[in-house]
Amino acid sequence: MAHAADAAHADHHDHLPTFWRRWFYSTNHKDIGTLYLIFGFTAGIVGGLLSVAMRLELQEPGLQYFSNPQAFNVFVTGHGLIMVFFMVMPTLIGGFGNWFIPLMIGAPDMAFPRMNNISFWLTVSAFGLMLCSLFVEGAPGSLGFGGGWTVYPPLSTAGHPGPALDFGILALHLAGAASILGAINFITTILNMRAPGMTLHKMPLFAWAMLVTAFLLLLSLPVLAGAITMLLTDRNFGTTFFEPSGGGDPVLYQHLFWFFGHPEVYIMILPAFGIVSHIISTFSKKPIFGYLGMAYAMVAIGVVGFVVWAHHMYTVGLSLQTQAYFVFATMVIAVPTGVKIFSWIATMWGGSIRFTAAMQWAVGFVFLFTVGGVTGVVLANAPIDRYMHDTYYVVAHFHYVLSLGAVFVIFAGIYYWFPKITGYIMPDWIGRLHFWVAFIGANVLFFPMHFLGLSGMPRRYADYPDAFAGWNLVSSIGAYIFFAGLFIFMFGVVYAFVRKEKAADNPWGEGATTLEWTLSSPPPYHQFETLPRVIDTGH
Amino acid sequence: MAETPNLERKMQRTAFACVGIVVGMVGLAYASVPLYDLFCKVTGFGGTPIVRDENGSEVMDRIISVRFDSNVAPGLNWRFSPEKPEVKVKLGETTTVYYKVTNAGDRPSTGIATYNVQPDLAGTYFSKLECFCFTEQTLQPGETLESAVVFYVDPRLVQDPDVKDLTSITLSYTYFPSKGGKPVAEATSSTKPIAQ
Repeated sequence: MAHAADAAHADHHDHLPTFWRRWFYSTNHKDIGTLYLIFGFTAGIVGGLLSVAMRLELQEPGLQYFSNPQAFNVFVTGHGLIMVFFMVMPTLIGGFGNWFIPLMIGAPDMAFPRMNNISFWLTVSAFGLMLCSLFVEGAPGSLGFGGGWTVYPPLSTAGHPGPALDFGILALHLAGAASILGAINFITTILNMRAPGMTLHKMPLFAWAMLVTAFLLLLSLPVLAGAITMLLTDRNFGTTFFEPSGGGDPVLYQHLFWFFGHPEVYIMILPAFGIVSHIISTFSKKPIFGYLGMAYAMVAIGVVGFVVWAHHMYTVGLSLQTQAYFVFATMVIAVPTGVKIFSWIATMWGGSIRFTAAMQWAVGFVFLFTVGGVTGVVLANAPIDRYMHDTYYVVAHFHYVLSLGAVFVIFAGIYYWFPKITGYIMPDWIGRLHFWVAFIGANVLFFPMHFLGLSGMPRRYADYPDAFAGWNLVSSIGAYIFFAGLFIFMFGVVYAFVRKEKAADNPWGEGATTLEWTLSSPPPYHQFETLPRVIDTGH
Repeated sequence: MAETPNLERKMQRTAFACVGIVVGMVGLAYASVPLYDLFCKVTGFGGTPIVRDENGSEVMDRIISVRFDSNVAPGLNWRFSPEKPEVKVKLGETTTVYYKVTNAGDRPSTGIATYNVQPDLAGTYFSKLECFCFTEQTLQPGETLESAVVFYVDPRLVQDPDVKDLTSITLSYTYFPSKGGKPVAEATSSTKPIAQ
């Protein structure tokens, strides 16, 4: 029956499958993108609740909410892994990437739609395993794995005999496989399915960002997969890759992990760079400044990102020359990053700027990412890092570039593309209010961590001496403000769906030049039946 | 989708190239294990002492103290100590030191020794001619074994700006219970009485 009905409607342009078929067997890039966005938001709430619990505990010295400090460490680990693998990556890459890469390059869908479906459901299964890991025994007598998102041995091999970490490793395997399949899909799509006339050098910057990101995924994730498989066999099958008693070396794990881990931070931020470029260009009514420089700056960040990994491990006993090299290579990354920051500013310069919600989030990102970048250059110095290693200064640094960088761009992208994705207009004041609450909250939350780190407070502890009490209280208050901002966002989404104010094809006016704005809002179920032809308009 | 066979072939080629990259990177991750090991042995990286066949270097007047450290990992009821905690040697001078290991338990057990040098950067210059490591040793209850370490400190140490002012090097040995065998199981079960 269903087959007959499908066949009858096969050439009907906008026929929608039934709910179950549409959302569970989905092969449509827009539907999968929507699923990823919903999934990423859900995982973000879980990860966010974990961090609020951590801030509650750290609000005052002493143990208040966690009877067992190991449970606190489990929360720290869970927060890190969930935010990296199940919030930022699915949202930026799976969500915005799936939604807008085919639209922007004028393709009818992704290259391998079924593989796209597999990627999504693998990610969901991985998240399930990750949640299981929180509820089974890890260290003797306590639940979950508490060794940090880096999963360093020997704590991960000898310190957690329970199955919690095995669940975690399998979760990472599945999430990694999903990301690798997704990356292959993006590369094939972008390299082969661009509209006639769209050369690589005419491609929108978000497509460039996703292309570089996909290559980084392809080169780095297999190394993580290898490293955690070795960990798994060390734990369960008696191998001694990282076990000194059999001639292994735990430091080798750190090398392998950070060979993945450093490109991973660019995997999380490059798509954000692409999105911000479009938003700033749209609301300045100017083409992006230095298009080629912007594209190749991302390529350069990707390439150099692979040869700086040991700046995460200055304290393991590297020779002076090795440290000097990694200090230098790390600082080199500030050059292409600077090119991007200054090009965004130059795009705004002399432009006809409209501070819509999306633009406020994007400009907020440029400012906060620069703050995080500056502390990154500070930490790149081996001698300073010896002092700051594993203190809250490091926590402040990477939250400024990720929590305030990637997350701000996720919201910028949502407010920018909300009319295109849903077909409804969300009143702009909601996004602006959310921005100011989040901007104030996030700075109150993370800026004091610089002071805590400089005065020597180590990370990953449930308790601290009374001397650190003041700034920890401030920081916790910031966390509650930031989290409260999420309710404004959720209200905005519900409000827009209730109000049902229809969005025009291009609600942002002449600044929005990429192909998705030439389609209806929301775009038809199958778009570009006749491929758009790109003529040279300059960028 | 209206795809020409040509486009389909191109897409397949791209996808296969990507799969090739993934397989290659997994292979590299595993290849890094023996490569890293080899790299450490050749360069002394990370405090791995270098094993040499003979001492071909000249003896210098510069004196350096070599300290000996010995550890037994939990799960092995052995006593393990060097005959003296420290010796002062000239650079390039071949020296022999004995370690003594005794099984203090009431069952035969098997252990395996590993070593390391501190500071890590001195590993390059700590050359061993003879040592006991990575070979399993089974000791009967009360049995004592003497093992020799023959070593010299490479005089090229004075030319390395990182370590030229070093006054002491520590050689650390650790005995681990041998993995996977019966002795480990016995050792863990023997912790029960302590808990009672």
